[in-house]
Amino acid sequence: MKHVRHILVTASMLLLSACQDPVARNSGVYMLMDTSGTYNQELEKAEQIIRYTLARLEPADSFAVARIDTGSFSEKDIVAKATFDDRPSAANGQKRRFAEQITAFVDSTQPSPYTDITGGLLQAIEFLNEKGTGRKTIFIYSDLKEDLQEGYIRDGIPLEFDGFDVVALNVTKLRSDNVDPREYLARLEAWKKRVEEGGGTWRVINDLERLDTLL
Amino acid sequence: MSLDELLAITPSPFISGLLWLILLVTVLYLARTPAHTAIGWFGRVVHNAFRMAAGSISRAERGLSERNREVLLAHGREAKERFIEREFDRVNDTMRKDLAGYPTLHRSLSDSIKRIEEDHQGAVEVPPDPPGWVKAVQAVASIDSRSEYMVGNILSDIHKALIKAHKDAMTDYRAASKKRHELLRDMLPYWRRIQQTLGSVGKNVDSLLKRSKAIDRHMEEYEDIVKGTDRAVHMLSSSSLVNFFVSAVVLGVAIGGAAINFSLIARPMAEMVGGTNLMGGFRTADIAALVIIAVEISMGLFMMESMRITRLFPVIGALPDKIRVRMIWVTFAILFLLATVEAGLAYMREILMQDELATTALLRGGDAVVVANEFAWITTAAQMGMGFILPFALVFVAIPLETFVHSLRTVIGFASVGMLRAAALVLRLIGNVFRHGGTLTQHVYDLPIFVPLWIEARIGLRKKRRQSDDYSEVSV
Repeated sequence: MKHVRHILVTASMLLLSACQDPVARNSGVYMLMDTSGTYNQELEKAEQIIRYTLARLEPADSFAVARIDTGSFSEKDIVAKATFDDRPSAANGQKRRFAEQITAFVDSTQPSPYTDITGGLLQAIEFLNEKGTGRKTIFIYSDLKEDLQEGYIRDGIPLEFDGFDVVALNVTKLRSDNVDPREYLARLEAWKKRVEEGGGTWRVINDLERLDTLL
Repeated sequence: MSLDELLAITPSPFISGLLWLILLVTVLYLARTPAHTAIGWFGRVVHNAFRMAAGSISRAERGLSERNREVLLAHGREAKERFIEREFDRVNDTMRKDLAGYPTLHRSLSDSIKRIEEDHQGAVEVPPDPPGWVKAVQAVASIDSRSEYMVGNILSDIHKALIKAHKDAMTDYRAASKKRHELLRDMLPYWRRIQQTLGSVGKNVDSLLKRSKAIDRHMEEYEDIVKGTDRAVHMLSSSSLVNFFVSAVVLGVAIGGAAINFSLIARPMAEMVGGTNLMGGFRTADIAALVIIAVEISMGLFMMESMRITRLFPVIGALPDKIRVRMIWVTFAILFLLATVEAGLAYMREILMQDELATTALLRGGDAVVVANEFAWITTAAQMGMGFILPFALVFVAIPLETFVHSLRTVIGFASVGMLRAAALVLRLIGNVFRHGGTLTQHVYDLPIFVPLWIEARIGLRKKRRQSDDYSEVSV
């Protein structure tokens, strides 16, 4: 009788532990693509990164790709988004459709006159928080030079990066950076400070041959 | 208090040190007897405690050894009884099969022998009748043929009759010989039949003799086991160890097979139960695959039990034969279904892999270029075959598992005895270290106070001499 009681207690404990709130283990990735000015020519590389990311993502992960244009804080700027199905075969189909959407976008997109990176980041934070993924990663495929249209207010908006991993990709040097590299370094430093003050981590990957550390 | 402060009690550090040394030696000398008593007492107490603990462990070890011996003998007795029972069953089968046909065999042999006897009698050569007319021929032949014309005719007739009789006799003789040869030829199959019958009887007798020898050997071993002789215990323990290692190796191989089986079905299971659901920290798909394999192994165990090949569950073995046979068919049907499911899952795995390869090629290479391999069906067929066969192969895990479980008890018993013995030895060793360590500490204690001890010894010697001198004077 005593043994039976022990077994019942152990089984109950196991059931209780199994019924606890599940910890989210999936990943959420939001990629911002700069489409402004000359950076628009870099989009083919961005497509490669997106394909690589798609290949690395697992079922139940979320992925969204959005463009950075004049006003990026908008769902309309999301080029493609998907939360991959639990079943691997369905997830593969979603990935293929996602890749097709990106290819179509890259082939047809037009350069935007302004660059609203902050708006895009706000949108990314909102999207990933809404998805509630375990890991949250934002890729910024841009030269990180923000250029807001007159009237757009982005100063003083707190960016909550708590639990976010922000990765700047292919941060190209502008002509002015070549003249004064301090500008480039200051730009990187400013974004790093902004992300880390928001509670996130900051990384820069310029060598696109080494994408294995991306996720 | 630091060393500098200790050496600063007099202006000269040397004198301070000397003073401290004298003080220390004096204190140590004065406290020598109680210190020696305390050290000795401590050493003895610890030694006794460890010795008692070692004794207790040794008693436990002896008890466990005795219990191991009993268990080993009981298992050995049971196994031997099974062997002997099986041998007797075989003998019984042979006897029933062969001796049941003995009357028929006997009749067949008697018939054959009777037939041979009859044929033999029929084949006996009958001696020809003695020629009764020889004397008559002699008498007639002595008559002078020239004097009697009639005699010549008679002789001529006799000659003709003689030739005819000779011809008839020769014909009869040939016919009789032919008949005899036919009879002898007819005897051959009977001889052969007798030879075959006797041959099969001989084989059966040989088989029985071999079985009886095996039974004798088993009986001798059984008697040894019942008597509980050391020889029997040694034999059983070495047999248990061998069984343990062999079954462990086979189980290892079976685990490898189960792992391959798992990898075949875990991936497609994700399509059925989801690829990311977790249960207790593990993927539900993995758990589902493991459950399928566990069910297959369980079905295999039940099947083996129902077939009375293993005896892990006495309840199954004790079931009526009808229910047991039903159980065999039910477990086989479940196994067959599971094997079919696994073959299907293995096929699905291949499809999923191709799909994933196509997706990866699309994502990495830009275009969905998948090279069609005309031999890909071999891999698919092999996977399906493995998926179908492995569940049936896992059925046989029951045999090494039973051996492993039975021999594990013995091996754990041996290991426990070994550990207890080692623990007792270590405790005894530690106890002795404390006892001798106490004596050593007493001697080390005496080292710094060797000067007062030496003086004490001198005084003691002088006192003893004086006493002995006084005693000798009194005696004189």
